[in-house]
Amino acid sequence: MSLDEATVARIARLARIATTDEERERLAGELSGILDWVEQLGDVDTESVEPMTGAIEMPLKSREDTVTDGGVAEDIARNAPRYAQGFLVVPKTVE
Amino acid sequence: MAATIEGATGVWEYAIGLEVHAQIVSNAKLFSGASTAFGAEPNANVSPIDAGMPGMLPVINMACIEQAVKTGLAIDGAVNAHSVFDRKNYFYPDLPQGYQISQYKQPVVSGGHLEIELEDGGTRRIGVERLHVEQDAGKSLHDRDPSSSHVDLNRSGVGLMEIVSHPDLRSPEEAATYVRKLRTILRYAGTCDGNMQEGSLRVDVNVSVRRPGGALGVRCEIKNLNSIRFLRRAIEVEASRQVGVLEAGGEIEQETRLFDVGRNVTRPMRGKEEAHDYRYFPDPDLPPLRLDRAWIDRIAASMPELPDARRARFMRDYGLSAYDAGVLVAEKENADFYEAAAEGRDKKLAANWVISELFGQLNKAGRTVDESPVGAAALGELIDLVADGAISGRIAKDVFAWMFETGKGAAAIVEEKGLRQVTDAGAIGAEIDGVMEREAAKVAEYRAGKHKLFGFFVGQVMRASGGKANPKAVNDILRAKLGG
Repeated sequence: MSLDEATVARIARLARIATTDEERERLAGELSGILDWVEQLGDVDTESVEPMTGAIEMPLKSREDTVTDGGVAEDIARNAPRYAQGFLVVPKTVE
Repeated sequence: MAATIEGATGVWEYAIGLEVHAQIVSNAKLFSGASTAFGAEPNANVSPIDAGMPGMLPVINMACIEQAVKTGLAIDGAVNAHSVFDRKNYFYPDLPQGYQISQYKQPVVSGGHLEIELEDGGTRRIGVERLHVEQDAGKSLHDRDPSSSHVDLNRSGVGLMEIVSHPDLRSPEEAATYVRKLRTILRYAGTCDGNMQEGSLRVDVNVSVRRPGGALGVRCEIKNLNSIRFLRRAIEVEASRQVGVLEAGGEIEQETRLFDVGRNVTRPMRGKEEAHDYRYFPDPDLPPLRLDRAWIDRIAASMPELPDARRARFMRDYGLSAYDAGVLVAEKENADFYEAAAEGRDKKLAANWVISELFGQLNKAGRTVDESPVGAAALGELIDLVADGAISGRIAKDVFAWMFETGKGAAAIVEEKGLRQVTDAGAIGAEIDGVMEREAAKVAEYRAGKHKLFGFFVGQVMRASGGKANPKAVNDILRAKLGG
């Protein structure tokens, strides 16, 4: 399966990764190679095999409905490039 | 009732489907131990998981799943023993993980339906396609600063149920009725508080139009309507926009739009070229959700009485009209109040008091039944006074108004104001004698055959007694004296 540069540009944009023309040309080749490699799995007959959901079969871990976390607003906010009055401050997201 | 739109070239029909996001009632979030409480200081209810910190792993709060299962059972859906959490990928500042954990191809509940009551007294069954569980995002505030947005992650990671209807709704009114009915069911089930002001219930609507009986048209989705009034208006303006486009020979483009309340129009969301490319895939941090059939059966066995069953019971056992029963069950608290006030009393009489007097006063005061100054027991006491003949129904209305104003008991007010009904024949006879003496001319006219004056005499006697005379006694004694 081969990806063209326009598809690479679209994938990069969805992932918010900036790419140059040269990078896209190179990436189109690399990603196509990876997809071809994975596509070999299509040769295997999986008709009677259940889809695998993880490398190790284990049940979903669960928690009780009790409040055990939070109350660290300052720590949370400090991870943002900017914060003010307890809020994370980001570039304006509406017109 | 189905409604139509009169276009320039003929009639069009609505086809409306709703996606309701209902915040799950729980103490902690869906995948973290942070609190779900509304109104906390910004970012106070945030764990590193909700903030999308690298290396944090989600651990499911099964109480949230139990709530979703309850809701699914309440709308007659099929609970799936096996469901899967997927990542829905998109970038937005209030989504710190860069993806929302949701359910895509294998939701926890499939199918279902609810009955909506129509204006003409009939009902209509609206199909539900699915109910899935997902994380809420944080909240962006845009009005705190002209050049930046402020993000509060308290809501990030709170459990939501997304309930998707079939495009079965045929008018803005039906859509509003559906949301009200779903809200009532959620509140009875105790799985969502239904508070639209606080954002516990948010609605996305899919609107399309078609010629009567024709195939479904291309739809547009209008996101994030947080009141039933705006839902109705958004559907109206979007449908007439679509009719305008189609009648001008244009085509509807499937897209997501926003409702601009101020200008009363819908407009496309920004960046729509990327919409609907969420690149879902199963969340590798979460194995499939497997539910034990016995566990589901236990939940089914513990379901509370739901609004339709309660309405039917009020009609069957209490003899209430469909309308009165519907009014009483719409809010669980109202139905609880009514049942407490009606306990051991005349059910219809109690229903009249709750609906016309109590709800009337509460509406005027802008209060809910939980804030009523007259409790169920106090109203019951008043109803007993009427039933026993201690006070007349008319006086009782005044007593109720005083109770509402002062919070005092019915019997105390009746004693204090001396309102006890007079049934004593001697006392009533004396009042009648007085009236007949004053109105001697009218008595003569009555005796000469002008019998329609009877009502006038009743009125005079009642007024003379300050409304306290027993009306039946007045009638009987008056008739005897006038006839004599």
